[in-house]
Formats: sequence, structure tokens, C-alpha cells
Amino acid sequence: MPLALKTFATLNDADAALKAAGARYLGGGTLVVRAANEGDVSLTTFVRSTDPALFSISVEGGRATIGASVTMSTIARHPDLAAIAPAARAVGGPAIRNMATVGGNLFAPAPYGDFAVALLALDAEVLEGDQATPIDAFLKARDAAAGRIVSAVRFDVPEPKKFRFVKVARVKPKGVSVLSIAVLLDEASDGTIRAARIALGCMANRPMRAAAAEQALVGRQRTAEGIAPALAVAGEGTAPITDAIASAWYRAEVLPVHLGRLLLS
Amino acid sequence: MELRKNYFADERKDDLHEIGQSRPRSDAPGHVTGKTAYFADRTFPGLLHLKMVRSPHHHARIKGIDTSEALKHPGVVRVLTAKDIPHNLYTILILIQVGPEDEYVLAEDKVRWKGEAVVAVVAETERAAQEAVDKVKVDYEVLPAVFDMEEALKPGAPLVNEFHPGNFYLYDSGDHRKVRFGDIEKGFAEADHVLEQTYASSPIEQAPTETTGCVVMPEGNDRFTCHTNTQAMFFTLDNTSIILQMPGHKLHMVGGTVGGGFGGKVDVIVEPIAILAARLTGRPVSFIYGRYEEMQISSPRAAEKIIIKDGVMKDGRIVARKVTGYTDAGAYSRHSPYGAQKGAAHYPGPYTVPNVWIDTYCVYTNRTPSSAMRGFGVTIADFALEVQMDKLARLIGMDPLEFRFVNAYRDGDMKAHRQPTTGAALIECMQEASRAANWPVAEKYLQMSSYKGG
Amino acid sequence: MGVAREEKRMAKVPIQFVLNGDEKAEFVESGSTLLKVLREKLGDTSPKGGCHQGTCGTCSVLVDGELRLSCLTLAETCEGASVTTTAGLAEGGVLHPLQRAFQEGFATQCGFCTPGMIMAAKALLDRVPNPTREEVVDAISGNICRCTGYEPIIRAILSAARSNSHHAA
Repeated sequence: MPLALKTFATLNDADAALKAAGARYLGGGTLVVRAANEGDVSLTTFVRSTDPALFSISVEGGRATIGASVTMSTIARHPDLAAIAPAARAVGGPAIRNMATVGGNLFAPAPYGDFAVALLALDAEVLEGDQATPIDAFLKARDAAAGRIVSAVRFDVPEPKKFRFVKVARVKPKGVSVLSIAVLLDEASDGTIRAARIALGCMANRPMRAAAAEQALVGRQRTAEGIAPALAVAGEGTAPITDAIASAWYRAEVLPVHLGRLLLS
Repeated sequence: MELRKNYFADERKDDLHEIGQSRPRSDAPGHVTGKTAYFADRTFPGLLHLKMVRSPHHHARIKGIDTSEALKHPGVVRVLTAKDIPHNLYTILILIQVGPEDEYVLAEDKVRWKGEAVVAVVAETERAAQEAVDKVKVDYEVLPAVFDMEEALKPGAPLVNEFHPGNFYLYDSGDHRKVRFGDIEKGFAEADHVLEQTYASSPIEQAPTETTGCVVMPEGNDRFTCHTNTQAMFFTLDNTSIILQMPGHKLHMVGGTVGGGFGGKVDVIVEPIAILAARLTGRPVSFIYGRYEEMQISSPRAAEKIIIKDGVMKDGRIVARKVTGYTDAGAYSRHSPYGAQKGAAHYPGPYTVPNVWIDTYCVYTNRTPSSAMRGFGVTIADFALEVQMDKLARLIGMDPLEFRFVNAYRDGDMKAHRQPTTGAALIECMQEASRAANWPVAEKYLQMSSYKGG
Repeated sequence: MGVAREEKRMAKVPIQFVLNGDEKAEFVESGSTLLKVLREKLGDTSPKGGCHQGTCGTCSVLVDGELRLSCLTLAETCEGASVTTTAGLAEGGVLHPLQRAFQEGFATQCGFCTPGMIMAAKALLDRVPNPTREEVVDAISGNICRCTGYEPIIRAILSAARSNSHHAA
């Protein structure tokens, strides 16, 4: 079947069109046009919506709502989103960042999806119309979610010193991820860690939490000694991918090293 | 850029006008304006697209091929299998008598590597061709495969290619190329130290930004113009002539600017089948590798395994060098028998060693056929040799550059291949490298020369 | 084994956009990439198809001034837009400073990456007229060159920026 693009003014109409066999949401095109170019013949129809809400960013009272069609470069240069700009800049090169969207990044299979790793650490909500789903649950079920269009993500913009992000790549400044790590830390005034959220990319086929490491950080100081127990369990529950960039073994070996550096930085 | 004229000053007539001068590249204006025409920068009305059905197995017997569904697929114009190819069995270097023909344009009885071409689908659009590729049914009986060269050479290993019993290329010198010079065992016995090391490399993809491909236009008189990005125009012309059993004057090969080759475009893979498709359909045909094909299907640099055993004296002289080299051809010869032979011709490197023993093997495995890439047969050999030189220098506590001065060949030295050295310039290159890299060496090495007795 | 007719009934869609200052109107197959339309319909073969997966940058163009990969951009999404390619950079036969710098600085060898590389550089200089070396490296980080080793390209872009600011002054 020849390909076709169907454009809809509203999300609801686009949602309905996505129910058809072979329909995929276009997003920024960096995933689905690539799939079509590479011979994925199961894909027959690109669907997109031009609903302006998909392209809007609002930051009110420290809470950001970012439309699903907002691109990485738009986030990277938004004055109120500076704290998460490093994660947006970690995606692709400049051209990819001008195209790749927040919504698409939620569906990007490892080794892609670095921005979704940040969103996972930030405990974002994923909005599909009126329905809000915690990102943990959304990511776990995202394969089933295909067919519903993500309209936006919502999260509390972190204080810059509380949020840390690193993408480890072999080629600088732009390379595919060996792994990526995002950490949101709540520290008491004496430096004791009260709570931590740690999200990992490439340590499974989608972003995942390092739950054991998060727990092991609570009550500890951000010192080499303090974080050692967390690093020891950083790999718990992970199933790293093997690809041309790195083997699962390598990713597992270097995870505690990079997590340690990020926490101590 | 600086031209150093103090070396070999007595041999130089100082009448060079171009060397040492910066000159504009003649092709740059086309490149920077986007006007340079690469082979794919052409469109022809009615252009058909060829896509390949490839083996998903490393080694398998083909029990049957069913193209009926693919033929019925909308947009499909023609489906080609082995029986459509006039002379399906070929090998590139048959042109210089390096045989036997050992590779099928389209697989017949067996596939010998994952990705081997089995069926070609020609359709109105790339999309239709891709869809039809998915509808070709090939019935395979999977066979044991071998991926390691030493495993492949063992008795009882799976036979990769029936034209190469024992999984090695049979040279006129036997199962390997060999060089024998002096008395290697005597050399080792006399040496102060003996160091044996093993070096190995993986296949390396040339990864040109422009993928391999061609666009063929029938001229209407059974003559075909083939716009190709081959790096080897006459290999392509003559091999296509053999495969299609057509005289050369029917085949008009048009080359031009190549978007990066690095040796990856010297095989003859896309042109014969695309010209045949154009001949059988009477329409222009394009066969251009996707990026996946370029990375996984086109021949890489061969994997190599090299074992070097050296005898060295405390004063730095290498007195014996034994090299055993293995080149992984993958499933078919392509340029690898030549690459392995080049290795034999290259060892023991640019050094004068009185006792030398070299064996190089070209081995068949069920991996992607390897072929040419920048200095193939020599590049990995040099990596191994020079790492070995550093290790030897460290072993005897000598500066690595001075160690090379001690062993560098000079005019009049007899090489292991029984050719006297002439025109050597290694000493002078190292003197200049020492200066440019600010890596001082003892004065006596700066006084040396490549001239006989120098 | 006749030619199936179904493909010929493929619905085409009209599209209009500005290419290098000229209005273009075409009927294209729906879902076609901008790269395909530029190369096959409009005859602008300056953008190249190196990977068709967004990793090599040889197809880079500007869409409304923003650097985009034309291999992953559907042509229909460019309706009404202004598209710039390397073929449109020289004005009245006078090379753009980037083109001149690439030519003079040996920043092009096989040439296949050059048009995309120049567009990536232009996207940078349009936004940051006097970039640092680091900004240049980042700007071309989505563009692969297999010949030059990048150094001459980085030097050429910095040199074009200098000559630009010289002109402005």
C-alpha cells in the first residue's frame, strides 16, 4: 500500500484516525518516517494533528505543561525550562532537536528517549486528553498506549541544584547513548538526602527507575562513602540493551561509575 | 605545510612548481554549490526500483523459492532468481586469473552468509518493491555455521564454500602464501630475547556517506548506460560482461564523483543485476543500498589474526621474525585472497631482518564477505608490527624510535623477498618525525642515512 | 506478469512552498519526504540521501530558517514554508561566505556531506554570527563527514564567520 499523511485540526479526530490498521502518529517524524524509510511496510498512514495546544508551553506556579508536539530545541531555549535544558540538548544533533518532540520521546525505544529519562526522574504526568497518567505507569504500558495520542506532559520544574542529568556517549558532542541518568534529589540543609528519584536510560528497553539505589540514598550524605551503598545496588532490576554502541555487560559495568560521578558532581 | 629540502639534497633538482604549493581543488566549486552530480542525482521517467530478498541465516540450504505472491503484488514488474542470470557464478579477480569463480549473483543451492542475495524484486516504487520482498517465501534448511578462522581450518568444520575445500584459499603455493629467508630457528636460538604476541582485528565498515548503488538506463538497442558509484570501473565492466554474457560495447559504464568509497565500492554487486533488470523490463532501474545494507551487506575490511614471534638482541637488532597471518574472507573470495597475499609481501615490515618466516592464510567463514578497504592486507599488519616493535623496544629497555633506527632497512639491504632495497627513505622520515614531534634521539641516529653504507 | 495498475491510482496531493526564493507548486504522492520531492520533483539534488534515518545529516535543509532533516520531513508538512538548500546560497553567481570558506579551506573532499554541512553551518551563523569553536562543533554534530576528519570544516566555518563580521563592520 502506498503511504499517506492525514492531517486533522483536532486531537479527537486524529485519535479516531489512529485506530485504523497501519496508522502511526507522525510526531516529529524522527521515529516513524525513519521506520517507513527503512522498509517497515506495516506502517501505511502517518497521522498528525495541528491542534495549537500540542505546540504550547505553560509554566505556572512552578508547574510546567508542555504540549506533545513541542520540540527539544524549543525546550532547550525556553527561559523557564533551563533546569531541564541539558536533557533536551542531549537528544540528537541540532536538526533532530528541531524535529524531535516531547511526545515522541516517550515512545522512543532504547538507546533513544533520553528526554523521557529526565521526565521519569521528574515524576511527570502524561496527559492523553483529560486523562493524566503517572509516567512510571505510562512507560510500562506504552506499547498498549499506541493508538492514543499524548497531548502533553506536566511536571514541577525542578530547582536547578536538585536535578542532575547525564548522557554518556562515545562520540562527543552527539552520540547515541551508552546510557543516560537523571536524578532528582531532595536534600536537607545539612546535606542529608531525604528522597531521591533516579531514572535510567538504556538499562532496559525503556526508561526505568533505579528503585533500590533511590532507597539506599535516603538518610545518606552525598559523599563517596555515603553513596556507596546506592551504587552497589544501582543495577538491581536492570536488563540493559545490547547494540552497536555497547553490550549489556558493558552498560551494567559502567552504570555505577557514571551514577557515582553524577551524584558527586 | 613545509617542504623539507635538506634530505636527499644531492638527488634533487629544485624545479618543483606545484609540490609544496596550495592549489584549489578542481572539484570544490561543484561540491560547495551542490552542483556536483553523483550517480543518484538523476531521475528517469518510468524508473523502477530493485530491492533484494536476503538470507536471514548464516548458512542454509535452499529447499525452495516461491515468488508467486510477490509477483502478484501491485506495482511489481519483475522478480529475478538465480535462473535468470546468464552466468550466475563469478569472482571479481578472475580477470587477473585469481579463481575459481566461487560466488553466486543470486543464491542457488545454499546461502553462506546472513544477508546473501537470493531474489531480486523490481517494482514501480521502492515501497512496492519492499512490500513484495516480504512476500517472497524461501524455504531454508539451516546448516551449522562457522565464524572463527581457526575453527574453520580444523578438520570436520562446516564446509563454507564448496569451491574451497578445507575452508582456505588454495594458492599455487598451497594452503597459504609463504616467505622463507635465512634460518629462523637458528635466529631464535641466538636471540637474547624471544617475544611472541597475537594480534586480532574485527571487520571494519568503510561507511561512506553515499551508499553503494547504480541507476541503469536502457538505450533501446540492447545497450545500457549504467550510472554507478563504483571505484573500479573496469572490474565492473568486465565482470558484468561475464555475468550477463554481453560484449563490453553493450555496457556503457558512467562513473564520476563518488560520495566516499574507501575501498567499499570496488566489488561488483549492484551493477550486473540492475542492468539485467533493465534488460528484462526495458525500463530504467535503480538499485541503491539503504544504510542498513551499506553497513551489513557491503564488504567490510577483513577481520585478521596475526601471530608475530621475534628474536631480538640486547643491542636492538631483530635477528628473527616469524609471522602467521589469517585473513577472514567471509563466505566468498572477492578481494581477500589478494589481501592475504599482500600481507605476506608486506611482512616483516620496513625492517632488515636476517631470518624471516611468513605464512599467510585466506580463510572462509560464514561471515559477510570481506574485500577492499584502504591498504587492506597491510593496514592491520602494520598495526600488529608496530605494536610489536614498541613491545620489543620496551623489552630490551630501548627508546622505541631509536629501536626502529637500528632495524630500518637501507639501500642495499636484502629483503626477505630477495629483492635488494633501493630508494629507501625510512631513516630520513624518522629523523624528520623526531624533529617535528620533538622526540629527541641520539645524535648517531641523526647522522644515519638510507644510502648504502649510511 | 503485466504492470499492475493499482500503483498508478495513487492519490496525489498538491503542495506549494518557496524553494530558495522561488514559488514551487507540485503534485506529490502523499507521505513523500521533502528530500524526495526536492530531488525528484524539483530537481534540486543538493540535499543528499545518505542514510534516510536521521543520522548522517547529508539531507539537511532550512525550513523557515530552522535546520531540518529533509529525509525525515514529510513534504506536506512544509506547505507554505520557505525552504533553503545549498543550491540556493550563491547570489548572482557570488558564493556565500560559507561556500567560499569551504572551497578555500579544503573543507570538502568527496563532497557528499558538503551541502548538508553548509546548511548546518548556516543555521548556526544565522543565529550566532560569531560562534565559538565549541558552538561550531555542536552545530555540525548531526552531520557526518568520512573524509576530512572535520578539522578543515570547523576552521572553514569559523573563517566564514570572521569574514561575515568583517563585511558587517
